[in-house]
Amino acid sequence: MASLAETRITPAAESTHAPRATEYLVFRPSHLLIYGFLVLGAIISLVPFAYMILGSFKSYGNIINNVFWPWPPFGSDSLQWSNFGAAVQQVGWDSQWHTWLFVRYAANSTIVAFCTVTGVLVTSSLAAYAFAQMNLPGKNVLFALVLATIMVPSDLSLVPKVVMMFQLHWYNTYAALIAPFMVSVFGIFLLRQFFLQIPRDLYDAAQIDGAGHLRYLVSVVVPISYPAVVTIALFTFIWSWDEFKWPLLVTRDSNMRVLGVGLQQFIVGDGGTNMQLLMALSTLIVLPVLVVFFLVQRHFAEAIIASSIKG
Amino acid sequence: MARLTSDRRTRRWREIALGYAFLTPAILLLLVFEVFPVFYGLYISTCDWRLRCVRFVGLANYAQAINDPDAWHSLMITATYAIISIPVQLSLGLFLAYLLFQPLRGRGGFRTIYFLPYITSTVASAAIWGYLYSPDAGLFNAALQVVGISGPRWLGEPTGIITLIGQSVGLSVPAWAGGPSLALICLIVFTTWVFTGYEVTIFLAGLSNIPKDLFEAAKVDGAAGWNLFRFITFPLISPTTYFLLIFTVIGTFKAFNHIYIMTQGGPNDTTLTASIYIFDQLFQYNRYGYSAALSFLLFFVILILTVVQSRIAGRRVVYG
Repeated sequence: MASLAETRITPAAESTHAPRATEYLVFRPSHLLIYGFLVLGAIISLVPFAYMILGSFKSYGNIINNVFWPWPPFGSDSLQWSNFGAAVQQVGWDSQWHTWLFVRYAANSTIVAFCTVTGVLVTSSLAAYAFAQMNLPGKNVLFALVLATIMVPSDLSLVPKVVMMFQLHWYNTYAALIAPFMVSVFGIFLLRQFFLQIPRDLYDAAQIDGAGHLRYLVSVVVPISYPAVVTIALFTFIWSWDEFKWPLLVTRDSNMRVLGVGLQQFIVGDGGTNMQLLMALSTLIVLPVLVVFFLVQRHFAEAIIASSIKG
Repeated sequence: MARLTSDRRTRRWREIALGYAFLTPAILLLLVFEVFPVFYGLYISTCDWRLRCVRFVGLANYAQAINDPDAWHSLMITATYAIISIPVQLSLGLFLAYLLFQPLRGRGGFRTIYFLPYITSTVASAAIWGYLYSPDAGLFNAALQVVGISGPRWLGEPTGIITLIGQSVGLSVPAWAGGPSLALICLIVFTTWVFTGYEVTIFLAGLSNIPKDLFEAAKVDGAAGWNLFRFITFPLISPTTYFLLIFTVIGTFKAFNHIYIMTQGGPNDTTLTASIYIFDQLFQYNRYGYSAALSFLLFFVILILTVVQSRIAGRRVVYG
């Protein structure tokens, strides 16, 4: 198996152009101008987040009087840590799980994202393996048909899908939030690209070791295709975490809401007037994702580029 | 010998059966949630639908849509939104990507920062921007107050942007030339903030795929600065631009979350895009058949646009 570990599959994505170290040392005055634009862009990207965090620590009075910096050295106020507790409290209580509703929203989002990612990885790797490595009659026609479904925009089938959720009695359940998203043409396509590069000899060798297709797929093919697997997992997670329209349509009870719907309901309710509470909730939602992103961001850049093949 | 071939045949059949078993989950899900709903949706669009098809109405829903001034209005809003936001997004993305393509220190850091808005959940970032735009508590009006200007109502302002500019310099602009509402412009600014980082990253990938020799050769021939960009970089990056163009057109026509959070189609319906209108028909008024018919008509519009785009732009794309 040691030889298998050495088999490296190059990702379909090109890593971005990296200049030689010596190129950095040449300083030209024009670089100052370039840095000026780049820094301006960075400030614009970051200011909304900064304003969100500032807002989440202000008192109600300082919010409505629009005081930019109410804390020392310009003001005498203290950081309003209590906003976070007050915001969570104001969202409400989930009597089903005996916890704060906000915690329930976060749990729902996590459950949905986890199941969706797992489902996509399982269905995509099985299908991609059959398409790439198995000798099946009619598989090319089938693959073309699978690709053709990309052309159906998700909004086109919104109404019939909602109707189906009622008829399946899935309305207001996790099944409605998860099942329609457990397949990804993008995932099948990307994994197939990777699997195609694996030489057949590897399978023959595994077969001699007594491994069937499924064991070979799980213990060899998927591990050596990890860049594609991670890419699909990351993007499925982001898209799932961002779902809003669909959960709004197919859930009714507050304890079935995901974070996006919960936040929107808070805005429609009390949050619209209590900006400091809304910003506290937003901070609680946004910060974990930003932290995770900073941890995995190196991998992410490659993932985005690989994903650009999604039409 | 005969035993061996029959053994082999059994193995072959088992492999085929296993292969189709591997394909089954994915294909079944696609059939149930992608393919079937299209036909089901066509059926629903020909119905007066109340939990079930209570009455077959033929093409009445489509006829109603074509005669519905609100539907046309929403299509115009979507078109305005797309026509303004797509060129702004793409040129800003290419500009920043071109700057980041230069050999500079800290490029990775900038790219990471530019990408933050894209990964933030749209509901949360729309909430943040709602706060920035807030007339009383927002950052923009606070900044304007510092220089002594009392700021506009931003997301709450239905007046056209050209009318507003005219007012500020004391000109009266005729109603037909008022331009898109300030609220719609605010949504476009938000969209640009979200998606530019994504476009920068894709453009960077495209730029790094251009062979370096081509730049060197052009420089030897005396090309520099703008000319280098205009005659070498821009044509060679056209496949990436084309991909992003299709991507952003589809994206702007689908745009929903942030509009629903920030304006819900208001003020005075000046941000009522087609996606919001179709959603309202379903969610607020329970007009299933009508909403389905509108979805098909919108899909038809996008389809025509994509075909036209590939006819026009596709010809100009240089595949190096």
